[in-house]
Amino acid sequence: MEDATTMRDKSILGSAPQPALVQVDRLGVSFATRNGTVQAVSNVSFQVAKGETLGIVGESGSGKSVTSYALMRILDRAGRISSGDMTFSGIDLVNADERTMRDLRGREISMIFQNPRMALNPIRRVGDQISDVLRQHAQAVGSNARVKSIELLKIVKIRDAEARYNAYPFELSGGMCQRIVIALALACRPRLLIADEPTTGLDVTTQKTVMELIVELTHERNMSTILITHDLGLASSYCDRIIVMKDGAIVEAGETSELFASPKHAYTRKLIRATPRLDSTVRELLLEDLATAAKPTKAARATSDVPILQVTSLTKSFAPEIAKRSLWLEKLIRSKSIKPPEAPLAIDDISFSIPAGGSVGLVGESGCGKSTTSSIIMRLLEPTVGSVKLNGVELTDIPIKSFARSTYRAQLQMVFQDPTDSLNPRFTARRVIEDPIRMLGSDEDRKCIEERVEQLAERVGLPVDLLSRFPHQLSGGQKARVGIARAIALSPKLLILDEPTAALDVSVQAIVLNLLHDLRADFGMSYLFVSHDLNVVRLLCDDVIVMRAGRIVEQGNASEVLASPQSPYTQTLIDAIPHPPSLHAA
Amino acid sequence: MMQDHAASATAPDTVHETVAHVSAVDPETTRPASTGNAFAHIVYVLKSNPVTLISFGLFGIMIIAALLGPYIVPYDPLASNSAVRLQPPSTDHWFGTDQLGRDVFSRVVVATRLDLFIAITAVALSFVIGSMLGSLAGYYGGWFDTISGRMIDTIMAFPLFVLAMGIVAALGNTVENIIYATAIINIPFYARVARGEVNIRRHAGFAQAARLSGNNDLRVLAFHIFPNALPPMMVQISLNLGWAILNAAGLSFIGLGVRPPTPEWGIMVAEGAQFIVSGEWWLAVFPGVSLMLAVLTFNLMGDGLRDMVDPAQRT
Repeated sequence: MEDATTMRDKSILGSAPQPALVQVDRLGVSFATRNGTVQAVSNVSFQVAKGETLGIVGESGSGKSVTSYALMRILDRAGRISSGDMTFSGIDLVNADERTMRDLRGREISMIFQNPRMALNPIRRVGDQISDVLRQHAQAVGSNARVKSIELLKIVKIRDAEARYNAYPFELSGGMCQRIVIALALACRPRLLIADEPTTGLDVTTQKTVMELIVELTHERNMSTILITHDLGLASSYCDRIIVMKDGAIVEAGETSELFASPKHAYTRKLIRATPRLDSTVRELLLEDLATAAKPTKAARATSDVPILQVTSLTKSFAPEIAKRSLWLEKLIRSKSIKPPEAPLAIDDISFSIPAGGSVGLVGESGCGKSTTSSIIMRLLEPTVGSVKLNGVELTDIPIKSFARSTYRAQLQMVFQDPTDSLNPRFTARRVIEDPIRMLGSDEDRKCIEERVEQLAERVGLPVDLLSRFPHQLSGGQKARVGIARAIALSPKLLILDEPTAALDVSVQAIVLNLLHDLRADFGMSYLFVSHDLNVVRLLCDDVIVMRAGRIVEQGNASEVLASPQSPYTQTLIDAIPHPPSLHAA
Repeated sequence: MMQDHAASATAPDTVHETVAHVSAVDPETTRPASTGNAFAHIVYVLKSNPVTLISFGLFGIMIIAALLGPYIVPYDPLASNSAVRLQPPSTDHWFGTDQLGRDVFSRVVVATRLDLFIAITAVALSFVIGSMLGSLAGYYGGWFDTISGRMIDTIMAFPLFVLAMGIVAALGNTVENIIYATAIINIPFYARVARGEVNIRRHAGFAQAARLSGNNDLRVLAFHIFPNALPPMMVQISLNLGWAILNAAGLSFIGLGVRPPTPEWGIMVAEGAQFIVSGEWWLAVFPGVSLMLAVLTFNLMGDGLRDMVDPAQRT
């Protein structure tokens, strides 16, 4: 371990001129598409020294994944390496035959994919999947494959490895699955590990443990790593050098500390700015010129102490539904004395309120009950016990079935997590936005609705000529704007934001957060911002509620909670967020 | 994303498409999905895949034959003429004549209308019933899903042709009953596809968003979720049209349903079969080939139809 660290330090300092393990020279990758050939990557050159961790940072479509696929020669059929050279410890990767590549993949170069569940075969035991890899590359024979696999499981710190050998991927959590994928990737002691967004979709605390595991294991083995990520914070915490890519080309490359201290390219500066920091304000996320162009932040404070939303001792259990579902036959077979196993409560007696015009953040990791809470408040889900009052009116008294047409529907709206999933693929943007107006609005006249839709589009910064497009013809940020326009179409009193920026690039996130910030002031709405990211929540919310396993562990003023968290869980959450070096310090 | 591109990567002529698309996005005429756009898309689908183009061409010929058949054929399909019995194909009688001296070409062309009518009506019926059953089952689940699912399993448990035979035999030997029988045996396919497609979208973000926009459950299902299930259903419809024609012809072949002397491909094959041994092959071959071509056309059309109704194929 110590050796590995010193070697790493040397490579950072560049004092030991080691031959680069990977050498990529003027790489170009093109794709044949319906609209002709598209150059996905052009003129990309970089090298990775032995034991070095290189970060490739860029937003979606920047060509960072394509570059790594080209390196492993696993491009789609339509993709082609159009120019350049790539060598891996002297082997010419561009011209190597498929057999050589097969030997290299997995044994010399291996990859951790974005979605661990997709990367594992769902119908095979995880241990067998590791054994397969070992056998494939002649690292083990039938008799000792199992023992070696269990060893690997232990290395990636899976508790009770013998028992987990027989687990199926669906029986394991996302973090556990990613550990299995890491075990798979490291099974043959490769010299280069490519990690393609290894922690996307994982909770921050899991992200931290997974990243630390990767770093520890690669250092132990003196492996080189290429970390592909959209998250500058993550890259800055774990990489020696960083390459910033945009539109298929490298815009800037340099050592991590240098890159943050004096970013040379405007795009790098934009990215660094857009990454939320512990001390940044929502306006600071934007570039200087954009930030000054934007209106000064209005004091969008709570207008009164009367709560717009009052949630009292809300509890939700999913157990009774399971019991109800069991068929009469099952009931007949089972003796009455056996009760169905007690399911843990999804939400356990939570109470909070949102002041009119205020904004409250609901933070927690996956499975903590925050989405269940928001669904219940939206009247999409029936609570087991508890009351939800909107402006003093008990919402749980109105049956869910008729709630769609009730007058309160228009006052309660929501911006969904995934802008792609939440737009009907068969509806144009215009139809998406006009749907709530047609269903619940008072305007009957076609012309009026049309004008209203155009006003809304303008308000959320969506060009009017994009209204006739289908969702797949829009970018992520544009889809997010359509979703926001739909949610504010009826001027709701309370808007629930369910991780509205989780699927967006940081620079788009910065713009969307600013938009949401302005809209609240303009429309006098209240926000309930549901998110796993304390850092983002802090930007928009006055107050914050931290949830864990269905209970509220802490609530209070956002900046106070972040500055001095009372609960140890909140502290772990804050610590797990990877922070880029502070902008002010730099 | 790249795979999408790869899937539709066989396009040499994209300039027209793009131009048509750009002109359709005119701020003055911003009604969604203007017809020009949709038409350009259909043209694109046809151009991009020669197989689709051929199948739609054949389908066009079939439609023309079905609509205008009786008016354009050279002979009365029912008129017998004992002077020209069992003539082989010639310039007078392109497909030869049968045992009563009727012109086989005229009969084959005129039969298109009846066969297409049976197939299309039957498939339309089973599409409507099957997709309604399946959508409701997929959306609501619960007891309705259980009951309709088991009913469909029961239908599927029979050999389908035997079931159709049984239905026609029980209900009576008429064209309507052939249609009902064909519809019933095809319902399960639509019900299953619709159930699956609706079920996976039941909790999709856009369905939730539709509820928040004030749509009740039925509207969410009918106007938001169901249209998204259409692309795979289109493939099913196309395949089913082929099966339905075969099924109707098969029933006629064994003497159920359409009766002689009505021109119908199945009966013609059945009647012609007796003469193959004695060398008069044209009686059975020409209606048989028409039947084969019709089924092939529908089988090939599926992919093209799906691409036409799928907005994600438009770029």
